[in-house]
Amino acid sequence: MNRAALRRVWGLIYRHLALYRRSWPRVLELMYWPVLQMLVWGFVTSYLAAAPSNAATIGAGALLGGVLLWEVALRSQMGFSLSFLEEIWSRNLGHVFVSPLRPRELVAALMGMSVIRVVVGVLPAVGLAWLLYAFGLFAMGPVVVAFFAALLMMGWAVALGVTALILRYGAGAEALAWSILFGLTPFSAVFYPVAILPGWLQPVALALPSAHVFEGMRAALQDGRIATGHLVAAFALDAAWLALMGWVFLRQFQSARVRGALLNIGE
Amino acid sequence: MDSPAILAEALSKRYAPDAPPAVEGLSFSMPRGATWGLLGGNGAGKTTTIAMLLGLLVPSGGRITVLGHDMARDRFAALARMNFSSPYIALPSRLSVAENLRVYAHLYDVPRAEARIAELAAQLQLTELLDRPAGELSAGQKTRVALAKALVNRPELLLLDEPTASLDPDTGDWVRSWLERYRAETGCSILLASHNMAEVERLCGHVLMLKGGRMVDSGSPAGLIGKYGRDDLEQVFLDIARGRQRAEAVP
Repeated sequence: MNRAALRRVWGLIYRHLALYRRSWPRVLELMYWPVLQMLVWGFVTSYLAAAPSNAATIGAGALLGGVLLWEVALRSQMGFSLSFLEEIWSRNLGHVFVSPLRPRELVAALMGMSVIRVVVGVLPAVGLAWLLYAFGLFAMGPVVVAFFAALLMMGWAVALGVTALILRYGAGAEALAWSILFGLTPFSAVFYPVAILPGWLQPVALALPSAHVFEGMRAALQDGRIATGHLVAAFALDAAWLALMGWVFLRQFQSARVRGALLNIGE
Repeated sequence: MDSPAILAEALSKRYAPDAPPAVEGLSFSMPRGATWGLLGGNGAGKTTTIAMLLGLLVPSGGRITVLGHDMARDRFAALARMNFSSPYIALPSRLSVAENLRVYAHLYDVPRAEARIAELAAQLQLTELLDRPAGELSAGQKTRVALAKALVNRPELLLLDEPTASLDPDTGDWVRSWLERYRAETGCSILLASHNMAEVERLCGHVLMLKGGRMVDSGSPAGLIGKYGRDDLEQVFLDIARGRQRAEAVP
């Protein structure tokens, strides 16, 4: 990306940051759900950890770790999709699409906003988990950063798919921006190992980067080791899903230009 | 010799294979530095034509060249040199005027953006409004902000969709005077779609009349008025919209 392209990406990120600067409820909303989730599951964790068993203590830690890391994927996907929807809601998309901003630069800007929203939304919850429940997510070591990155990328891949659906079906697909990743929770092995799932569902789970991240997280928490195989699988699947969903997005963008959907999207 | 500001060759658009054409066989060559009007009733194909010129819509057939750039292959190079304003496309209402202009200065990679914003604000009487949220402005103020956005990159081609719609006569006149002066000073080419025939007569040196997606006539406002034997462009517009030829025109 050359300097002009980076400036265009920054232009769109600046537009969203300016919006947040003028709207504290939006900033509060970013932190609200991650903190609320952490509080609820934190108490469950405290209850389980009080049980007289080492397994229960480890399981409780995995529970809270799962909650916090899954929020990374959720916030990443929502950060991307909702930033795109914000352009539709403000009826600004027409101006954006007739500027020299390329579709790939739009995607880069939405990814940038997604990172910012994850940091603002999830880090306070991570800090509170440490303060309230003495649960240090980063106690797993630097591998947590890799878990964060893998889930962030998975969020982008899902968001690209959601955005493609919004381009295809308009406002009718908006609800997917909030709900779609919740549908993947059962297959992501957030709170239990993939082995718990029925045999026929396990290949579905293993096709998701998140299942490998959470298997890796349990390995780090329970055995204190880095499950390199799962980590490599997570990033390889991320790359594959991003390439596929990026292609779908670009196809839908072009199709929207042919159908005239960019003229009245959101109406 | 400079390429035309806009060259449209046999342009057509169908939104579905079995749908009637929204635009069909539209060809014109608009020279640099000219102000042209795109006229027609609702559904005549104006919005579709403008959307194709902006690259928002892919034509079903034909070819568009803007400032020498083929829009099918090189639209981003053209988009960097042109801009667009429409009262029907909003700017983010919670952002201040300055923030909105800053966003577009970045998107168009405008050098010395803050100086350019200050310059436009002074020219369009926006200096006092720079820190106000765009959503809190009056219709006239919003129109001036939209113009500032459209001019932030010093466009060589400006597409305006009903630039004075919903403005009071005084503000509308101010905008028209400003556009006349701006074009004279910069040599910018302007294509405007409007339902205000007095505005078109005043600003445009040439008019394209669309009906049912086809160009049914074109010429200078004075030439068309003479050709149809009418007193003003509004009567010519009505003749064309109602399918009356010159000889049949009601006296």
